[in-house]
Amino acid sequence: MSSYRIQGATADWEVVIGLEVHAQVISNAKLFSGASTEFGAEPNAQVSLVDAAMPGMLPTINGECVRQAVRTGLALGAQINKFSVFDRKNYFYADLPQGYQISQFKHPVVGEGTVTLDLESGTTKEVGVERIHLEQDAGKSMHDQHPQFTYVDLNRSGVALMEIVSMPDMRSPDEAGAYLTKLRTILRYIGSCDGNMEQGSMRADVNVSVRKPGDALGTRCEIKNVNSIRFVRQAIEVEARRQVDIIEAGGTIDQETRLFDPVKAETRSMRSKEEAHDYRYFPDPDLLPLEFDDAFIEAARESLPELPDDKKARFMEALGLNDYNASVLVAENESSDYFETLVAALAKATGKSPTDIAVKASNWLTGDLFGALNKASKPITESPVSAEQGADLLALVEDGTISGRIAKDVFEIMFETGKDAGTIVEEKGLKQVSDTGEIEKIIDEIIAANPGQLEQYRAGKDKLLGFFVGQVMKATQGKANPGVVNKLLKPKLDG
Amino acid sequence: MSNIDKATVAKIARLARIKIDEEKLEPMAGELNNILGWVEQLAEVNTDNIEPMSSVVDAKLRWREDTVNDGDKADSVLKNAPNAEFGFYAVPKVIE
Amino acid sequence: MSDLTTLKIAEARDLLRKGDLTARELTEAHIAAVDAADSLNAYIEKTPEIALGQADAADARIKVGNAKGMTGIPIGIKDLFATKGVHTQACSHILDGFKPEYESTVTQNLWDDGAVMLGKLNMDEFAMGSSNETSYYGPVKNPWRAKGSNSDFVPGGSSGGSVTSVAGYAAMGATASDTGGSIRQPAAFTGTFGMKPTYGRCSRFGMVAFASSLDQAGPITRDVRDGAIMLESMSGFDPKDSTSVDVPVPNFEAALTGDIRGMKIGIPQEYHLAGMPGEIEALWHQGIEWMKAAGAEVVDINLPHTKYALPTYYIVAPAEASSNLARYDGVRYGLRNVPENGGLTDMYEATRAAGFGEEVKRRIMIGTYVLSAGYYDAYYLKAQKVRQLIYDDFKRAFEKVDAILTPTAPSAAFAFGEKSDDPLAMYLNDVFTVPASLAGLPGSSVPAGLSADGLPLGLQVLGKAWDEETVLKVSGVIEEAAAFTSQPDLWWR
Repeated sequence: MSSYRIQGATADWEVVIGLEVHAQVISNAKLFSGASTEFGAEPNAQVSLVDAAMPGMLPTINGECVRQAVRTGLALGAQINKFSVFDRKNYFYADLPQGYQISQFKHPVVGEGTVTLDLESGTTKEVGVERIHLEQDAGKSMHDQHPQFTYVDLNRSGVALMEIVSMPDMRSPDEAGAYLTKLRTILRYIGSCDGNMEQGSMRADVNVSVRKPGDALGTRCEIKNVNSIRFVRQAIEVEARRQVDIIEAGGTIDQETRLFDPVKAETRSMRSKEEAHDYRYFPDPDLLPLEFDDAFIEAARESLPELPDDKKARFMEALGLNDYNASVLVAENESSDYFETLVAALAKATGKSPTDIAVKASNWLTGDLFGALNKASKPITESPVSAEQGADLLALVEDGTISGRIAKDVFEIMFETGKDAGTIVEEKGLKQVSDTGEIEKIIDEIIAANPGQLEQYRAGKDKLLGFFVGQVMKATQGKANPGVVNKLLKPKLDG
Repeated sequence: MSNIDKATVAKIARLARIKIDEEKLEPMAGELNNILGWVEQLAEVNTDNIEPMSSVVDAKLRWREDTVNDGDKADSVLKNAPNAEFGFYAVPKVIE
Repeated sequence: MSDLTTLKIAEARDLLRKGDLTARELTEAHIAAVDAADSLNAYIEKTPEIALGQADAADARIKVGNAKGMTGIPIGIKDLFATKGVHTQACSHILDGFKPEYESTVTQNLWDDGAVMLGKLNMDEFAMGSSNETSYYGPVKNPWRAKGSNSDFVPGGSSGGSVTSVAGYAAMGATASDTGGSIRQPAAFTGTFGMKPTYGRCSRFGMVAFASSLDQAGPITRDVRDGAIMLESMSGFDPKDSTSVDVPVPNFEAALTGDIRGMKIGIPQEYHLAGMPGEIEALWHQGIEWMKAAGAEVVDINLPHTKYALPTYYIVAPAEASSNLARYDGVRYGLRNVPENGGLTDMYEATRAAGFGEEVKRRIMIGTYVLSAGYYDAYYLKAQKVRQLIYDDFKRAFEKVDAILTPTAPSAAFAFGEKSDDPLAMYLNDVFTVPASLAGLPGSSVPAGLSADGLPLGLQVLGKAWDEETVLKVSGVIEEAAAFTSQPDLWWR
């Protein structure tokens, strides 16, 4: 249970949050026309006469969008409705050519499901999904291009969206953030939405209300079209605070639609736009009910990859990873793919079982590689060091060719140049020295050169062992095998 | 059941985005009441346990393949536009 | 050759194939007839150049032996069908100047078969009307006049231009559309044959929508055989229309065997309306006798929810129309009116106020109201439930009979202005045609006699879904029995 509270003058208030996420379906063509969905084309270049609502034009449904919605529902463990209906949502706007949006109202294609949040505290929380339905996106209005005119581009008009509606199960901005993060991870895993909030392919309407803990639900406000996780968190905070202030001043909350202004960090009423909205939903007579059979659902289910929660459990149970590493690795499909390739290649190179080397591999990946990628602002898909190359590097450590210390230097060079670890070790002569004769000779020289320290050591200053080890490593430029050094040094110092 | 007054006519006209002059509201209310009063005879039909008709067509919705085979015709899209500029439809400024 | 414009499609087809007639000759004769019929106001746009081009192409095609039933046949197109680059406005002001960049599937099918377009035909605005008095382009005159009278009558609606062009010998056939009777009622008023096929038989792609769940295209011709030929050309599955059904199109002409022996013909008792003119009852009775004489078995049937069909229709159709007509907003095509210093909403309201006529506005208002919050269940949902009951009535009836026979309309053509001030009186004209529309069933209107005033009257034949063949067959028998040879005087030429 979240202990997040808004502290008011009279009481502590609980925040109740529900999210409606609009996720653009990954498909080549639009939901009801054959025009492309690609981002960034010339204005009105990706518009069919259907999208422009020319008289007599009719919608025909893209089966792939249905499949993606069903896959998404399955990934959320949701009820899949074999019978659903497309309705018209009627309202006038310049970028809504038909004068209605084709959506699903009474009978959505997907019913109730669940998203499991991974909270920072390391605990999890289940948030209910009420429904997912398919609908058309609108076009785009540009108000700042001309002093008298608004310009309308219909390229997005008709692109398929999934509206994923949560239950009002979240109680803090953190939980809302975790919900969006998790949902985005799942959508990306299964490839039904790219989750790109900057380009608008994922947007959220945020429903916020406040109450004293244990009381009935308060009146909610809907904050429209918030386009980043950070803004969702901020919007919840300021909106909850606003509501608490009103209620504590003796006022009441009007159920309304609001807009979040990140610059002023406030929400504003959109009542002007909301005026006289009455959507007059009714089944679209241009379309028949949407129906499919169990075989279709099963095929969709079989097309799903391993989902993040399952993968995390496997990484922890079968490979022994800790919760943190496992969570980090499954957050993006690309990371876990890299990890699995890395482990497989390393196991092959060392002849060891994956369970023996997986923890080391995950530590290197989440520490060294992620650190370097972060610094370079690169996604893992653009990593200069491939999983196979990473495995080669780790294998050199495993078989004693280089030390862990040297491995860090080698990795830096690999990251900069893209060269293989073996080549770098060879070129720079970084191979670990394990030859006892050679090391013994160096030890002898160092003991001879430091009689004072030797005396102190022998007088009982044990700590000086470290000094001698350091000198040996320095003399060998770190290449001496630390195990061999320790084994040889001690008896010599002890005399 | 139906008792449409001037205010209701004005509200419906606003929803339908049709400007109706003040002096036409009253006569329109009369006409609509007349027609709605007539259709309200449906109330006498027992429709308990009857599903509303969804389509007279006894078929399943056909699905299209996910192929791009349309678009790339901005000229056709804009050809009949009362005002088009730089490839966009231009409409009186929307103040948000 | 005598007047080529009085030929039937089947006759012209045979002459063309034999080489006794060219499509160009036939088309030129019709272009002249179209011009001569200006006073009827059936055509709102003439396309003689297109017609002649198509005629020449048809002649070439006939020469190489690749002719279809409609090759070289000059027809008119209801203004509701999109014709590429040619006036398409559903006779509304709001589509001012609109020339589509696309062709409707129905007209494309006709052109693919070699048909010839004479022009675009007048109609009630957005097909909303039963007298063709709501057209932005003015009313159409019925070619028929009462005996010894010079006063004009309405041609019926909404396909008033279609029936008038055919009855007035200014087209051999015409496309039309039927939402609640817009093919059958005007056919009855003008002594023409009109056929509304099963919903889903003709594609709605490119047909300006009035009420999507009801709209269906069909032909107007001078006899049943021509109707069969033209319907076959217009029909066919279209993947661009989700409500188009993928069933084979039969050879409709082959259905005209004239043999209905043993067939069961249903007579719905609820169609005996109180106060219906005696001559309508008499005509119906005559039709029943013709059926018996042809060896069919006549069976009384019940369609208990008949009286609720019109109120149901006047909820469902306006509801769909209010949404279908939302796209006429002045943004992408057609009329745009912007009041001085007006914003987007002002533009919408001014454009739609100026662009829609009174009847269209009335229906949009009704449709908006019955869908609005708080009223949806009481009106729209209720109507769709009653519609299901009406559908079930027919389903049960067709378990017992092969076809149903009724009058097409409760009266003959009426005078201009007679009903235009009283929407309800106008709506009642569709009382016999609306039920089958709500059920999506095929139906025809066959000229069967004359009123006491000498105006045409029609009988309606209804069939099972996808059984247009039986409708045509029964229609053919009525046509034969009625021997309807009356013609309007060519007073307008």
